[in-house]
Amino acid sequence: MLTRINRDLTMAEAARVAGGGRVDLLLVADMVEPGSKVLDVGCGDGELLRILAERRGVDGRGIELSREGVNECVAKGLAVVQGDADTDLVDYPDDAFDYVILSQTLQATRHPRQVLEHMLRIGRRAIVSFPNFGHWGIRLQIMFVGRMPTTDNLPYSWYDTPNIHFCTIKDFRALCGAVGARMERAIALNAWGRRLRLTAPWWFWNLFGEQAVFLLNRQKATNGRRGNG
Amino acid sequence: MAEANLTILRDAGARAREADSPHSHVVHFGPDKPLQLDAGVELAPFQIAYQTYGTLDAKRANAVLICHALTGDQHVANVHPVTGKPGWWETMVGPGRPIDTERYFVICVNILGGCMGTSGPSSTNPATGKPWGLDFPVTTVRDMVRAQAMLLDHLGIEQLFAVAGGSLGGMQVLQWTASYPQRVFAALPIATGTRHSAQNIAFHEVGRQAVMADPEWRGGRYLLEHANPRRGLAVARMGAHITYLSDAALHRKFGRKFQDRSNPTFSFDADFEVESYLRHQGSSFVERFDANSYLYLTRAMDYFDLAGDYGGVLARAFKDTPTRFCVISFTSDWLFPTSESRAIVHALNAAGARVSFAEITTDKGHDAFLLDEPELFAIVRGFLDAAGKARGLNSRP
Repeated sequence: MLTRINRDLTMAEAARVAGGGRVDLLLVADMVEPGSKVLDVGCGDGELLRILAERRGVDGRGIELSREGVNECVAKGLAVVQGDADTDLVDYPDDAFDYVILSQTLQATRHPRQVLEHMLRIGRRAIVSFPNFGHWGIRLQIMFVGRMPTTDNLPYSWYDTPNIHFCTIKDFRALCGAVGARMERAIALNAWGRRLRLTAPWWFWNLFGEQAVFLLNRQKATNGRRGNG
Repeated sequence: MAEANLTILRDAGARAREADSPHSHVVHFGPDKPLQLDAGVELAPFQIAYQTYGTLDAKRANAVLICHALTGDQHVANVHPVTGKPGWWETMVGPGRPIDTERYFVICVNILGGCMGTSGPSSTNPATGKPWGLDFPVTTVRDMVRAQAMLLDHLGIEQLFAVAGGSLGGMQVLQWTASYPQRVFAALPIATGTRHSAQNIAFHEVGRQAVMADPEWRGGRYLLEHANPRRGLAVARMGAHITYLSDAALHRKFGRKFQDRSNPTFSFDADFEVESYLRHQGSSFVERFDANSYLYLTRAMDYFDLAGDYGGVLARAFKDTPTRFCVISFTSDWLFPTSESRAIVHALNAAGARVSFAEITTDKGHDAFLLDEPELFAIVRGFLDAAGKARGLNSRP
């Protein structure tokens, strides 16, 4: 119960902080076809749903763990329910949405693999954005400081963080392979929110990308070709 | 003593008058328009009493139906004709309020089986010219909603912009969306559930037994015999009232404080403030409520099991629903805990419905939906604003 309360308090904060300048939200929004039906898992204060509704005419729904976030969203007129990505996605029927989005929340879930599998079951496509733990700044901190890294975007101490499952871009690609997700598009952003060159090799993305956004579908994997992101 | 008796008669008289000719709009449905009841009988003729606030717009699109709870009535936002107190939801309904009577045409119907002008056990049975008493057929939530739909037909309102209500009112909201999905654009079930739990049935049974154990109940014939089971109904209300609050709220409000004394009297007087409060709740309730109505309405709640009507699968009750929902629960509500609301949300998700769900943090218990809860108001306002935009309602009719 205690851990649950702690997570309640920190999840929305985490999404806000980890989102940094929220460039990722615009990138995510760009990946969504206008007029589609979208579920935003861990929707925080509803900023992405608002952008999607305004820019893409999307029929959006949200799930958010924190009570404050949910109430803020509902008061804005967004269709958001209080719930937990780890436990509540199971209640959604197959193919209920065109897109299921997990924006800066993957690392805070207890069972990232199951969450991703449910996303691909509920939606025809899944969009996942996450902070890349393989970024050089983080690698350097571990190498030279010898402690768990903290950055502007990831300010939590290891013992008090909602982010319990960090991964690198390479790790995430491996997970996609494991769950049979096909990568339709991928984008990596550097520390200044600029896109890395598409032609750059994956190791370069993994080292210099601070954030990553993946558009996935559930067709069997053709291992990791980046689309016209 | 003579004075006390006079009070009883006056109360009974005022209530009796409200039962047949209330201070409300009344629509009479003749023998040609019977109400089909779940009990398998027809009720005809019968009448419906209701209040309205605001103006119906030209497209008849801005009607909001408020469904009242067990001991509420249609006087949502006006002075109560029997008690002289303000309407029971004036914080929510009125000009500039979240359910804004300057934007919406608000209707509240006295519930079927009630005692404020819609046919119920204290109404006059047209066949005998005497109060129905226990001859009134046992009614269900579905019957209540069916009666309300007949009123809307009479008023020429095809689709409600919204239906809102808490507790038993919330049950009616859910029943509305299941029975008449095309007639409800937006639904606000608050502090409610899709079925009455065993614990809730148990509490109701205690209340009913308290009423029936009062010798003045006279086997339900008290109106004919000019009696009134005041004590039984008051005890029922006292017990029920505890379930509407929470341990924390009672503690905050009363603690172990003594009432007008500094020491215990070593008697069974109302030494504690909380005792005095409950006694007041009980005695003021009987002034405005009919004991048999209490039996009928608690029974209707007990019988409510929405999933049961759909083969035990709640999602089927909402299959292909076009209605947008906003489900609201309160953290300290132990009568209709958040888990009940979650069950509604799960079913709505499974049915692909457009649903919002918020749990509001409060220590005020089940009754929080009737109280000053700014977060509740913000959510209701935001939800209705967005729904109004989607429905194409003007900001002013």
